[in-house]
Amino acid sequence: MTEPLPGSWHWLDPAGLQQLIDALRRRGHRVVGPQVADGAIVLRELASVAELPTGWLDEQDGGSYRLRHDPAAGTFDHVVGPHSLKNFLFPARETIASFTRTDGAWTQTHAPAPDPPLAVLGVRGCDLAALAIQDRVFLGSGYVDEAYKARRERLFLVAVNCRRAAATCFCHSMGCGPAAGPSFDLALTEIGNRFACEVGSDRGAAVLADAIAAGALMTACSEAEIDAARGVPRDLAARMHARQGVVDRPTPRSLDTHGIRDLLMRNLEHPRWDEVASRCLSCTNCTLVCPTCFCSSVQEVADLSGDTVDRERQWASCFSLDHARMHGQSVRSSTASRYRQWLTHKFASWIDQFDTSGCTGCGRCITWCPVGIDVTEEIAAIRATDGAASADAGRETP
Amino acid sequence: MFKFASCDGCQLQLLDAQDRLLELAGRVEIDHFLEASSRVVPGPYDVGLVEGSITTAEDVERIREIRRQCRFLATIGACATSGGIQALRNWGRIDDFLAAVYATPETIAALATSTAIADHVPVDFELRGCPIDRGQLLDLLTAVLLGRKPHVPGHAVCVECKSRGIVCVAVAKGIPCLGPVTQAGCGALCPAHDRECFGCFGPSESPNLVSLTGFYERRGTPRESLVRLVRSFNAAAPAFRAESDRLEASE
Repeated sequence: MTEPLPGSWHWLDPAGLQQLIDALRRRGHRVVGPQVADGAIVLRELASVAELPTGWLDEQDGGSYRLRHDPAAGTFDHVVGPHSLKNFLFPARETIASFTRTDGAWTQTHAPAPDPPLAVLGVRGCDLAALAIQDRVFLGSGYVDEAYKARRERLFLVAVNCRRAAATCFCHSMGCGPAAGPSFDLALTEIGNRFACEVGSDRGAAVLADAIAAGALMTACSEAEIDAARGVPRDLAARMHARQGVVDRPTPRSLDTHGIRDLLMRNLEHPRWDEVASRCLSCTNCTLVCPTCFCSSVQEVADLSGDTVDRERQWASCFSLDHARMHGQSVRSSTASRYRQWLTHKFASWIDQFDTSGCTGCGRCITWCPVGIDVTEEIAAIRATDGAASADAGRETP
Repeated sequence: MFKFASCDGCQLQLLDAQDRLLELAGRVEIDHFLEASSRVVPGPYDVGLVEGSITTAEDVERIREIRRQCRFLATIGACATSGGIQALRNWGRIDDFLAAVYATPETIAALATSTAIADHVPVDFELRGCPIDRGQLLDLLTAVLLGRKPHVPGHAVCVECKSRGIVCVAVAKGIPCLGPVTQAGCGALCPAHDRECFGCFGPSESPNLVSLTGFYERRGTPRESLVRLVRSFNAAAPAFRAESDRLEASE
């Protein structure tokens, strides 16, 4: 048996995967992974490989998600569900400070308790890319988000190389998949009924070594087997590129990103914004399922006396009127202006702000839009009629 | 606390507040709350909470007097803010209902419509819901005591579903759900139990009903089911009323 080292590859059978989960739990990690619940594959705490969604596939399209049982499907042949790493690293609601007033003097009473370290099993390339983007937002500037940082530093990532794409997946267009990367502790490639496990970090090697010490059998992969495993996401990427422009139902998504920043910024008065606004619900779903959207609002929640105050941070969305409310009025009162804000930030001004696109091609915003609005279709429509001006161009906001 | 045509469920939200109610009673003097006590102190009052809709000529007079007596007046619940489930009468004939329900309909003096309090007097704040959310009510009262704005967002129920990690029943199960056009506040109670949102909190801040019902219809929901979905607890809220009328007119 070869000792695990960064860059080494080892075979895990389902029992070996269980021993990996056990090793993480022994180290105090809360292990979260994909599971079938409420008609979807969600991320939840798990203790056993039996809880993984072996034999389940997800059929996704605009505004539609359905599970289908397929005896031939493996453990990780589903793709991304409604949850992402964001739900765990940047929770929807968090008390960031508490204060009490005694005899007119305020004291801070709340030091956020550290969560147990988290290990996430089954993270895909698109979501690893999203994590790298959120890292830039929360850690990369002069303003470090301490709560995020504490969770992020102890996060253990067991990635998975995709071998299947949903119709809504377009990571190949965004350069964010389907291969796992840019970084992980371990990455699994499902082949037959076992997993080729690539070690991506010292921590990953240490956890595998723990599992082996506890009795897990993990034979080393041969050079030929490593090549075959590397070929799995490469083959899928080739198939995803080949399906570009293919007419099928549901339509396989892709996005032409050539000059996308300038394309969107020179079309701020395009009539398509009004057209999409006639369908958009301003319901915020796209932003909340997006693994990179990072907006939040902070409010003080006091008891009746006003002597005990919690400072709470919660997710915010550019689709709500409050998001752009200044001096008592929202400066983005129309749905068209809010949709334009979201799309141009995600695909254009994000590049100015963070030197990367805000989109990883995970497709969640397409699937979980209740009326199936599709960013790839909206951008393609603008590209097809580049320069079209709204009938009432010149107004202040659409 | 004043009651008009309603089921008392919103008042019960305050009575059910338990320890918070005791805390509140220590901060304010409760002068008029018949559901809790028969002791009534005459006005004027600093704060008035109104439950229920206007359904009789006497109601119209009484709400005007209450408005005169209250410095700050808030309406609570779907009945008070939109006319409630009883506003379904607005689509029928009052005489038909009276004849169907009462042995001696000639002894009943009711208006032909059920209407919101704000249709009759100026209202300082509206708390939605059927029933209202206890947390929102306590926040409103805290806000009044502390002199700040209440934390009552106008965004959709979807924010609460996604914040709780609830899988969307519309997308994953094809269930027509009003969540995307309904104001948050309930904590996504029904979707958390695998049911659609029934719109208890009324229209959200910028509801696009035409798009949502059109999508559900293309996915196979019959138009009459959509009319029933939109025409329920907040049937007479302007955005919901306009949509159910539009769907019916084009049936």
